[in-house]
Amino acid sequence: MQQDAIRTEIDPLVLAESWSRDGRRVALATVVETWGSAPRPVGAHLVIDAEGNFEGSVSGGCVEGAVVAEAAEVIETGKPAMLEFGVADETAWRVGLSCGGRIRVYVEPVARSA
Amino acid sequence: MDLQLLARFNAARSGRKPAILVTEIGSGAQRLVAPGDIADADPLAAELRARLRSGKSGLVELAGGGQAFLTVSVPPPRIVLIGAVHISQALVPMAQIAGFDVTVVDPRTAFATPERFPDGTLLAEWPADVLEQLALDPYTALAALTHDPKIDDVPLAAALSVGCFYVGALGSRKTHGKRRERLLEAGVTPDAFDSIDAPIGADIGAASPAEIAVAVLANIIAALRKSPELKGEGGRP
Repeated sequence: MQQDAIRTEIDPLVLAESWSRDGRRVALATVVETWGSAPRPVGAHLVIDAEGNFEGSVSGGCVEGAVVAEAAEVIETGKPAMLEFGVADETAWRVGLSCGGRIRVYVEPVARSA
Repeated sequence: MDLQLLARFNAARSGRKPAILVTEIGSGAQRLVAPGDIADADPLAAELRARLRSGKSGLVELAGGGQAFLTVSVPPPRIVLIGAVHISQALVPMAQIAGFDVTVVDPRTAFATPERFPDGTLLAEWPADVLEQLALDPYTALAALTHDPKIDDVPLAAALSVGCFYVGALGSRKTHGKRRERLLEAGVTPDAFDSIDAPIGADIGAASPAEIAVAVLANIIAALRKSPELKGEGGRP
């Protein structure tokens, strides 16, 4: 039987909370806009820690590497960042979306305030 | 995002409470919105209410320029079956395959046995005694399958009053006519009563219990996917 509750082991938002409570420095990436054929819907999440561990997905594997790299910067500075990926992007050869779509990904730090 | 805010958002999600996390893209400022605390003066009020119905996350333009991202969380849809009957035995595995959480309620211990419902979905209780535990909400479908008024009437009235996205009731036209008299007497409005799926299920000429289960599941899915209120990503089981 499935649980009514959200499935904690694969839920990036739950992981972001538990990783942060465990003292890990965490960033959360969210797909905020898509154009054309995009592998993951708006609202999809990726959670990343300062060591580069991650769970979830924002693109089905195409750009996760670049998002994880940017997340390290976001964790370091504490400032959110907006990333855009697509075939029209100059980095397309490295991290473009093979499906031909474009996505915008918002990356923000999870802050452990008092 | 502030950890406390994230914790509150996750608590709402695990408690089957709809919520929206509003993130201003420029400043990174965030707030958490529950259905009850959308003020009419909120410039995003109409947008927030629409998003709670559709369950869709997305960007919105702010009046003062800039954008905000709305992370919308609505509970996953589930099914409550009143009656541990033959139709339910077929409907439980079908609904689970389709991705729904299912609960079966029946106080009759001859029907409500672990042998008939081996996967822990069963509550061998009177529906009236477990209404609180069932926590019916607009993201729940309820089908009453006993055609025994003592068992079916209370959960039917409760499902209609909280706005379950699907309410169906098994029974002949004559049975349903008598049910109408009883439930209107009990305070159900005629409009609410007439929203009940009866005769239950899609009109596919279903004959066997398993075929009726297919017909009921079809109408539950139709109510979920074709309703202007609930269709969208958030409605994914």
